[in-house]
Amino acid sequence: MNSSRTWPWWTSGAFALLVILTCTLLPALAITFEAGNIDWQQLFNNSYTQRVIWFSLKQATLSTILSLAIALPVALALSHKPNIPGRSFIVNVFSLSLVIPTIVAIFGIVAVFGRTGWFNNLLGTLSIPSVPLYGLTGILVAHVFFNMPLAARVLLVNLEGIPAENWRLTKQLGLKPVSVFRFIEWPAVRGQLPSLALLIFTLCFTSFAIVMTLGGGPRATTIEVAIYQALRFDFDIKLAVALGAVQLSICIFLMLLSTLVKHNDALQFNPYSVVAGTERNRHDQHLLNSIWSGLFWQAAHYTIIVATAIFILSPLLALVISAINSKLIAVVMQTSTLDALFNTVIVALASASLSLLLGIGLLNSVRHLRIRLKYETAGQWLQLSGNVILVLPPLVLGTGLFLLLRPYADVFSIALVLVVIINSLMALPFVLRILDGPVMQSANHNDKLIQSLGIQGLSRWIIIDWPQLRKPIGLAMAVSTTLSAGDLSAIALFGSERVRTLPLLLYQRMGSYRLEEAAVTAGLLLILCLVLFISIQKIIGRSVHSAHS
Amino acid sequence: MNLSPQINRHTKTAQQLIGAAALAVGAVFSLGASSGIAADRTLTVYTYESFTAEWGPGPIIKAGFEEQCGDCSVEFVALDSSAGILNRVQLEGDNTRADVVLGLDTNLMAIAEDSGLLAESGVDTSKLSLPVEWTSKTFVPFDYGYFAFVYDTEALPSPPTSFEELINAPDDVKIIIQDPRTSTPGLGLMLWLKSVYGDEAAAKWEALQPRILTVTKGWSEAYFSLFLNGEAPMVLSYSTSPGYHMEIDETEQYQAAAFDEGHYLQVEVAATLKRSPNQELAQEFLTYLVSKEAQSAIPLSNVMYPVVDLGDQLPESFNRLITPASTHLFDPEVVRDNRKQWVDEWLDASTQ
Repeated sequence: MNSSRTWPWWTSGAFALLVILTCTLLPALAITFEAGNIDWQQLFNNSYTQRVIWFSLKQATLSTILSLAIALPVALALSHKPNIPGRSFIVNVFSLSLVIPTIVAIFGIVAVFGRTGWFNNLLGTLSIPSVPLYGLTGILVAHVFFNMPLAARVLLVNLEGIPAENWRLTKQLGLKPVSVFRFIEWPAVRGQLPSLALLIFTLCFTSFAIVMTLGGGPRATTIEVAIYQALRFDFDIKLAVALGAVQLSICIFLMLLSTLVKHNDALQFNPYSVVAGTERNRHDQHLLNSIWSGLFWQAAHYTIIVATAIFILSPLLALVISAINSKLIAVVMQTSTLDALFNTVIVALASASLSLLLGIGLLNSVRHLRIRLKYETAGQWLQLSGNVILVLPPLVLGTGLFLLLRPYADVFSIALVLVVIINSLMALPFVLRILDGPVMQSANHNDKLIQSLGIQGLSRWIIIDWPQLRKPIGLAMAVSTTLSAGDLSAIALFGSERVRTLPLLLYQRMGSYRLEEAAVTAGLLLILCLVLFISIQKIIGRSVHSAHS
Repeated sequence: MNLSPQINRHTKTAQQLIGAAALAVGAVFSLGASSGIAADRTLTVYTYESFTAEWGPGPIIKAGFEEQCGDCSVEFVALDSSAGILNRVQLEGDNTRADVVLGLDTNLMAIAEDSGLLAESGVDTSKLSLPVEWTSKTFVPFDYGYFAFVYDTEALPSPPTSFEELINAPDDVKIIIQDPRTSTPGLGLMLWLKSVYGDEAAAKWEALQPRILTVTKGWSEAYFSLFLNGEAPMVLSYSTSPGYHMEIDETEQYQAAAFDEGHYLQVEVAATLKRSPNQELAQEFLTYLVSKEAQSAIPLSNVMYPVVDLGDQLPESFNRLITPASTHLFDPEVVRDNRKQWVDEWLDASTQ
């Protein structure tokens, strides 16, 4: 390629960094300046503020403990029963909870565990008083629904990494199950727990949609929801800013903590890779069976696996069943539904493209820094800039953008633009996590050759990288598209009767208890996400061979 | 920090840059998405959801006014709650596209006036018939009513007759209320309790917690989606609500519980925005809103008392509604000065 002039290696990274910093640092600065006028003492003496901060920490701690406490036996049971029918299906469904929009899953959870849901109906027929879902219970159920499978998968991968010799040794020594756990299994998973706990804690601490829908009013409000309410209920900019600053500092603290945690595999772990059913030979299975022999262990394993499958699958099933109702056709044909569908697709594709552009821009420069210039640390720092949304959660970022733009525009009329900005930054950590490995690997492999051929800049991406990386790029695009399509946080802040996406429409229909319409909307959003997820991967990520045909 | 003015100036410039960029992109988006620029004589009215419902007063008033004004049109924008109307114009600030806000109440008047967004209405309110003297030049009152708990006589044959009885009611007597931050009935209940109990209000809210099934954002979902579907035997609404059921549904099933402590008065108001380019049209609209023609639609479509004497046009059922033992009402300024603190108190009691 004889392009007369190529951009130097740093332009793409600098451009991405500039966009990221403009979209985050300016809002953060706006918040900081505004926060200068706040009477902090009064804020922290206010018992409502105290309770909100306390509740945020409490629910996140409980969610983390519960998720891990359930994930461990689930992972153990699955690792002890490698050949149980439907095992790989269950394990793959575990990662499905990452594609399903939160608000859709919430609808399913309500259909199963709500006041008139399956679960309470079952309790009713057994004459057991029903369990109220709204409040802390609902938040915990939903957080476990989303995070337990993630944790179980990470732990399962580690359990399966235990060498076969260890099992044989175990057998020879005649170790009992409790000792097997203590000496073989616990050491294999222990290292993962701190980083997993931190990841789940951070996700739950900044959780928005779940707390807003299942919190059940002021009794259960987290900082993230309180920011939304301060802006959209009270027009209390000061309170929003103050809470935003508190949220920001706690997130920075968590981020710093995560750099101290040694075994950071959980954060590197790619939750979207499909787990192939681990094939163990008959001998191994026999061996495992002989360790956990007896009726008790058999029953325990099957109970855990079946109960988990029911817990994860029943909300999805309930959703699908309730979505097929008498209002189906009417709701799908409504202008409000179609408008929201259109907006959702536009927002999702725009934010995913922006996210991918930023991600590839960063990685292009990071690759040069790390591989050609050997500036490992500088490269990693540049890459870290893509994770800025982790310290500046969507509602905090939204508050900052609102402060910046309000003097110049009616923020509600540029809602979609703001949502695209926030959603693309939300997806960026995922894009980077998915692309980082493949990009660096292929660069390590080919860099000398590429350098000697003098291929650089855009042509390197077209000739060399695209055929090799289109699969992970397709995955990154698919993940970020579904993430934005299902997001409720940014659109909750800036959406209105003028601009709605499907998640907002679903939230509003649930909020006004129009449950049949809500069910159809949820079903539609679920289908949209699955279609986007699969078709984007198919279109972009086609294998190299078929691309040439 | 002597650096800060400089930093401030820099961020200002950057703010402007971002603002401009976002505006440009926004313009492209809105060209594609919105319905385009409205015709000159379109009056945009922000109101709450039930006002614009098919059975609400919105369609009747729109049709009546459009016929009168000739080439104009009224566009109602239904927001999800009543207090949300004020919030919304505050959030939109100088860039709001509302000409008129309709559906605030006496409690929010001082707060709304302080925002500096509203203009004098120019409408003569001296001939209106209201339970209170009207002095505001900004706000035009268009209906009124008394907050009350409406109950289902089939589920609850003998309802509580006071707050004390409600607080001490059996466990299955549940109420659905609205959030004082988003809904004017919710705010009204908070003020009602404050007016009855004064400094003891917080303690009473705590004692009331076991009675509360849920706190909704707006009145519509509490009344229609939950109460009328039998989710709870009582809901916070108005003393006038049974009028609709008696007149339209021809049923006595839903009645308002008269409380010994008296009831809190709500006067619903409308106002024009200062920034509106349609001042004249807005004044015409507000004048029409309190005309006998428009007011005759209020009793059965907004289910409130009209602000003009309708004589025998007032539905017969309105004579069979409860009469409050006494009337509670705070001055708008008192609400303005205390709302934040009282809402905090309410939140605090509700988060126990």
